[in-house]
Amino acid sequence: MNIVVCIKQVPGTTQVKVNPDTGTLIRDSVEAVLNPFDEYAVEEALRIKEKQGGTVRVITMGPPQAESALRQAIAMGADEAWLISDAAFAGSDTWATSYTVSRGIRALGEFDLVVCGKQAIDGDTAQVGPGVAEMLGIPFVAWVRKIDDISGTSLRVERLMEDGYDVVELPLPSLITVVKEINEPRMASLKGKMRAKKADIRTLTAADLGADAARLGLKGSPTQVLRSFVPEKKTGGEKISGDVPELVTKLKSTIQELGVIK
Amino acid sequence: MAITVDIEKCIGCKLCVRACAQDAIEIVEKKAVIDLAKCNYCGACVDACKKYGAITIARENAAEGIDTDSFRNVAVFIEQHEGDIAGVSFEILGEGRLLADEFGEKLIAVVLGNGMRDKAGELVKYGADKVVYLDGPDLAVFRDDTYAQLVSDFIHAEKPNVFLAGATAVGRSFIPKVAARVYGGLTADCTKLEVDREKRLLLQTRPAFGGNLMATIITPRHRPQMATVRHKVMKPAKLDPSRTGEFEVRTIAGGSIAERTKIVDIVKEVESTVNITEADIIVSGGRGMNGPDNFALIRDLAEVLGGAVGASRAAVDAGWIPYSHQVGQTGKTVCPKLYVACGISGAVQHQAGMQSSDYIIAINKDPDADIFQIANLGIVGDLFQVVPALTDSFRKELGH
Ligand SMILES: Cc1cc2nc3c(=O)[nH]c(=O)nc-3n(C[C@H](O)[C@H](O)[C@H](O)COP(=O)(O)OP(=O)(O)OC[C@H]3O[C@@H](n4cnc5c(N)ncnc54)[C@H](O)[C@@H]3O)c2cc1C
Ligand SMILES: Nc1ncnc2c1ncn2[C@@H]1O[C@H](COP(=O)(O)O)[C@@H](O)[C@H]1O
Repeated sequence: MNIVVCIKQVPGTTQVKVNPDTGTLIRDSVEAVLNPFDEYAVEEALRIKEKQGGTVRVITMGPPQAESALRQAIAMGADEAWLISDAAFAGSDTWATSYTVSRGIRALGEFDLVVCGKQAIDGDTAQVGPGVAEMLGIPFVAWVRKIDDISGTSLRVERLMEDGYDVVELPLPSLITVVKEINEPRMASLKGKMRAKKADIRTLTAADLGADAARLGLKGSPTQVLRSFVPEKKTGGEKISGDVPELVTKLKSTIQELGVIK
Repeated sequence: MAITVDIEKCIGCKLCVRACAQDAIEIVEKKAVIDLAKCNYCGACVDACKKYGAITIARENAAEGIDTDSFRNVAVFIEQHEGDIAGVSFEILGEGRLLADEFGEKLIAVVLGNGMRDKAGELVKYGADKVVYLDGPDLAVFRDDTYAQLVSDFIHAEKPNVFLAGATAVGRSFIPKVAARVYGGLTADCTKLEVDREKRLLLQTRPAFGGNLMATIITPRHRPQMATVRHKVMKPAKLDPSRTGEFEVRTIAGGSIAERTKIVDIVKEVESTVNITEADIIVSGGRGMNGPDNFALIRDLAEVLGGAVGASRAAVDAGWIPYSHQVGQTGKTVCPKLYVACGISGAVQHQAGMQSSDYIIAINKDPDADIFQIANLGIVGDLFQVVPALTDSFRKELGH
């Protein structure tokens, strides 16, 4: 089974805090990490490989420093890492990203399965997975919480829905996006970390993709960010302590005044 | 598009550096230098530099090949489950009506289903000028390829200016495929939509970075301008029995669309999964619950209030409650009218999923817990005393 995992480097949001005085993002110590949902994607690919044999290749489109996210995946156990990087990709929205990543995957040659995270925690869009599938022309299922069965030619998965789950079968090659429930990602071993340090990161530029230049980067992106701003933070209201009966009375009257109980 | 720094005006104050979420600006020899490889042209620096006016963005105007004027009307995708129209669909009908009026265009609803002609026709009474109902045995349940194909065909045929769908499990999985096909601009999970009448643009505002940053997105040169819209944010359309409009029914023969995925089973987890994204009231428990059995306290309160049960990741990871209840960055984003957080500290990742709730109550014994920074009402106390007493008191009054 040849598996490709799409990963993204994102700011570790724990550190993304807003300065209440200036209303701007404090990024002093923002460390860049592998998107948490993509860790589940890498883990699932590794588990399939461990059962069935094959290779796990990780690929990302991003600036040169995104290399460290690729090394993180190598440390977990991925075999090969590919960085799609070029100034021509700057300003890509999800459409142009999907296009570029799909061209990158094509450039790797044969594959059986592509695994993406459910969404990236910086943009939270969840659009790149389905976009890549469509542009590769392969079947797609989102929100996979469990792989029931996988053979050389098909896959049966559970797709998490709002009120339960669907059991879906699809032929390979295909693309799935995974949710947190699917597994518990492993910690990188010492050996893995050593390997990651030395691993050779392969790069792909716009020229390597044979892509339509009009579909890349800012120029190829249908959407543009008009402006971004820091939302008004909720500020805490009343905070009370005291006897339980007092607290209960206050809680009850507050909830009743909201008029939310049917 | 181009961004430029006027070095005559720039005083090297670093306001722009701090405003930039992309880390794209550096001060070199007391002047701002923008790294174009990182810049996403969001304009935060332009705003930050208002006082000096040193940074400007020149945005290109419409049409490079695409005749945006030939796209007209606001279209909405109506989601149904077992023939019942989803709550979020009434919200996008309501919002779609407002947008259509502002653009001076029509509102068209597209429904995919089987044997639900009456319910589809009714949508005219909820504000649609035209309803396109696609009926067929393969459309009863959501199928990836079928839905993507039919909705793409609809867009090619109707050429709408704006296209909206709910940001649901279904909408968020196939609308991006439609956008990929029609080369439309798609903005995920919008919480606010406005109209720039002059430029005929939809201004789409959405949270990013787990709600720490808001971004307004436009689609200047492509059509349709597509968005998925978050549930519970916009006002649902009201029934107006006297409204009339066009109703078009098209039959889609079984097996006429190539579908590569096969739905083997649809499992409802009604008991363990109260749909928290639909709930008006959510009572959530965290690590402070101290164990799985104590979640009964949360369930009891939720039940007496007629709400759903949520949880923090700590409670989910401990195995006290299934993942489908998790609220937060790696769980669900919820927006109920009332959110009651019990024994939850309020980590940023938890806040990311619930901070836009209309009213937040926190019950926590630690007076310094972060959750109090966003709670409208904070109760400093022991949840094991407060929660059951509150449940009892409501039970007595409501008599159940
Ligand atoms: C990448 C990433 C993604 C994450 N995603 C999510 C997510 O989606 N959702 C999420 O919730 N978290 C998420 N987290 C975890 C998050 O950082 C916190 O660890 C988690 O939310 C803490 O859960 P908690 O508030 O229940 O537990 P704690 O932080 O341990 O808080 C428990 C609280 O209970 C109070 N308490 C204890 N006993 C009582 C009592 N008897 N009465 C009253 N109060 C009591 C304590 O004072 C304390 O404040 C994520 C973390 C990371 C790194
Ligand atoms: N730049 C990128 N390079 C490779 N994969 C990506 C990139 N951006 C997003 N992805 C993949 O698409 C998923 C969804 O991302 P998003 O649509 O940005 O929320 C991620 O979890 C990744 O698997």
